[in-house]
Amino acid sequence: MIEPPLLDIRDLHLSMTSFDGEAHVLAGVNLSVRRNEVWGVVGETGCGKSLTGLSISRLVPSPPARYLGGRILFDGRDLLALDEAGMRSLRGHRIGMIFQDPTTNLNPAFRIGEQLVDVALAAHRRNPDILGIAARAGWRARRRAARDLAVRTLAEVGITDAAERIDAYPHEFSGGMRQRVLIAMALIGRPDLLIADEPTTALDVAVQSQILALLAGMVKDHAMGVILITHNLGVVAKACSHAAVMYAGTIVESGPVVDVLRKPSHPYTRALMASIPASGIRRGELKGLPGQVPNLIRPPHGCRFAPRCAQAAEACQAQPPRPVDLGGGHMAACLKLAPAAEAA
Amino acid sequence: MLVLERVSKEFHGRRSLFSARRTVSALRDVSLAVDHGETFGVVGESGSGKTTLTRLILRLDIPTSGRILFEGDDMARLSAAAMRRLRARIQIVFQDPYASLNPRMTVHDIVTEPMLIHRATLGLDQRSRTARAAELLAMVGLAEQHLHRYPHEFSGGQRQRIGIARALATGPALLLLDEPTSALDVSVQAQVLNLLHGLQQRLGLTYVFISHDLSVVRYICDRIAVINGGEIVETGPAQDVFRNPANAYTRMLIAAMPDLPAL
Amino acid sequence: MSLTAPPLPDKSAQAIAAPMSASRQAWRRGLYRFSQSTLSIIGLILVLGLLLIAVTGPWIVPFPEHVTGSIATANRFRPPSAAHPFGTNELGQDVLTLVLAGTRVSLFAGLAVVLAGAFVGTVIGAVAGYAGGWVDEVLMRLSDLKLTVPGLIFAMAIAAALGPGLVNMVIAIAAGWWPGYARLVRGEVMSKKEEMFVTAARALGASPGRILFRHILPNVMTPIIVKMSLDMGFAILTVASLGFIGIGVKPPTPEWGALLSVSRNYMPDFWWTAIFPGLAIFIAVFGFNLLGDGLRDVFDPKARR
Repeated sequence: MIEPPLLDIRDLHLSMTSFDGEAHVLAGVNLSVRRNEVWGVVGETGCGKSLTGLSISRLVPSPPARYLGGRILFDGRDLLALDEAGMRSLRGHRIGMIFQDPTTNLNPAFRIGEQLVDVALAAHRRNPDILGIAARAGWRARRRAARDLAVRTLAEVGITDAAERIDAYPHEFSGGMRQRVLIAMALIGRPDLLIADEPTTALDVAVQSQILALLAGMVKDHAMGVILITHNLGVVAKACSHAAVMYAGTIVESGPVVDVLRKPSHPYTRALMASIPASGIRRGELKGLPGQVPNLIRPPHGCRFAPRCAQAAEACQAQPPRPVDLGGGHMAACLKLAPAAEAA
Repeated sequence: MLVLERVSKEFHGRRSLFSARRTVSALRDVSLAVDHGETFGVVGESGSGKTTLTRLILRLDIPTSGRILFEGDDMARLSAAAMRRLRARIQIVFQDPYASLNPRMTVHDIVTEPMLIHRATLGLDQRSRTARAAELLAMVGLAEQHLHRYPHEFSGGQRQRIGIARALATGPALLLLDEPTSALDVSVQAQVLNLLHGLQQRLGLTYVFISHDLSVVRYICDRIAVINGGEIVETGPAQDVFRNPANAYTRMLIAAMPDLPAL
Repeated sequence: MSLTAPPLPDKSAQAIAAPMSASRQAWRRGLYRFSQSTLSIIGLILVLGLLLIAVTGPWIVPFPEHVTGSIATANRFRPPSAAHPFGTNELGQDVLTLVLAGTRVSLFAGLAVVLAGAFVGTVIGAVAGYAGGWVDEVLMRLSDLKLTVPGLIFAMAIAAALGPGLVNMVIAIAAGWWPGYARLVRGEVMSKKEEMFVTAARALGASPGRILFRHILPNVMTPIIVKMSLDMGFAILTVASLGFIGIGVKPPTPEWGALLSVSRNYMPDFWWTAIFPGLAIFIAVFGFNLLGDGLRDVFDPKARR
């Protein structure tokens, strides 16, 4: 028996209006995430990976953004139909977010502890279980419980001497420690879904691998679903159970990480992997991807990758390719993979 | 070609009313030798002293102790005129292709500026400067029609090509590449790495490649030095260091690198 | 890319050959942002109108002879009418003529003050910001010293010492106008000095003069221009204030502040002699402020409220 997905994004379309016109920045994104799955959403600058993440927590400012169609089902509820109040009750509580830059996401004027306690108290209002005391308990009791929880969570994300360091200010922490604090902050409301947007990009490799390991542990302990947005396929290989490769606002290939990385089937995934200076590649043999990301105000007709694709045929420009099931949940949206089905 | 002999650099903090003057040691006893025509990698994480090292080699800063020799000449002993000539021989490509190009200058002005500054050494008149700029653009994979555009009209990868063209303008022997691809997407990074490799083959350049990205360093470098806390902890041919890292820090770095599994 | 053959321009290089040149596109973008704000457009219209009047002044006024001081005592204190839309003053001069003619004086004086102040301030600020150290200390303390004296009083003192006249008044006001620019430019120069492209220029061996004039100053021009347009209104107001207290331009030169000053004796019975010069000052200050706000939004959209 298969449990229904925690998050199910269906055919999501998003446009952004600017001076130059309306850009179709997400063009039919499909993604479903179950508990205990870590989805690596990977792609290059401007592919729409961050917008996908922000759409889930409805943090894309609109205008200029406009949802043209599709649904974002979270636990069966369509998030696009929720009002701001309904969304606020989910954010931080059932949907946690971690952003790239740990320095700008902590308020430098407040102690770490106060910021965590605030989050804990807010989460407690929605779900009394979090502090283990009644929602109507006295202010002092709630605050004490919130502080205890903050200390426990900090310890959980690997901050030693959490009880003492909780009273430190953000600037007293290193970049890696601050990212841990942000993870703690995202975890304190016990979210079911965690969206981490480039959580390790600003960090050194050693710290990066610790943070990734920490995230993996958290997934196991809390049975969360995670969306890890990154530009680094290495990070996906290291930390994710599933991968979704994005290009120009569409998911071109998705599935279990072993399948996607071992048997990359979409030409873009292959090109991306061939660009990585992996071990064993001799100098001068790296293959870059010629051309540039298309202008999404006037996107290419049909397959958006076709103009840069070495295998593109005329048929590719006719209509956007449908995802083709390659077995075991491995999908790729390329006409070449299902010539018979598409021709019919 | 480039030799650093026991180079150290200390920075003095500001003396305040209440505390003694603090001295921060950014580099300690760094010695290395870069050979003609090779790509020498300097690997380190943020705060390791990489940036200080580039500033010393460019002589934007002066070492507290130790000597830096370029083609046998001690930089500290050079006359002002000789130093100016030397600046034309060592050029740099910066990490951030957005910040390192003056937004108010056209590509033509950016690429010809080094020739203008070093006109005494190079002896190029206006017309030959422009001709050379067009030639340089072609060399880095851009076209002549891009000469009269501004940096903001280009993508990150294209800007980095402009940065490379600028660095090549004076016909340098040594190119300092300070994280030249870390601000770029991988597919663009691959193009730029290949461009750099091709230029090295054609022009016989020597590269000092500074990076925190081990996979890039492994790909492009002949020899590497791993730097941590201002000290070089390991040097050797890139292959050897990656296969048999001798130092604990190097081993940790290699273990932590987010590599694709061998497929 | 092959290793032997010279690398060919790749597709990406050609992809950017857009139909419209990008600098024109940047202009259009700026224009679009500017036109998004009704207030900026009003400011622009007011300023353009004032400029038009300033340029064509002597030819469009109904009674050119009044500009040069001729009087018609038979026509004293006529209320607004078809012949004299703004009425006439105590000398029988047409107020509309005087106000229109005054535009040129006020705009010229305001512009001169702002240009002189901006020039001196930019030089001082750039030197202070670029040199740093004791040079910076000395120049900035000097500008602090200036800031301790209220601008109008400072201008009054200098104007009184130099004697009346348009040029003297401009000098007097400009002498107190530069510190704002000096501080602005110093801050901008100090932050631009740390920019990567400046380091790049230093690494190339560029001289300090080249770095300052070629790399730093062009990049601090926009805040200076924005401040200049915001300052214009205040400069015109200061010019008028000096005229009002009788230190600046003297009659018969028609200057708004001076017109206002004379006519205050005839309030409230002959209100039109005061209200129209006052309105002119208001419109000029208002117009330049709106325009300045609009320009700031165009050049620096992040600073928007």
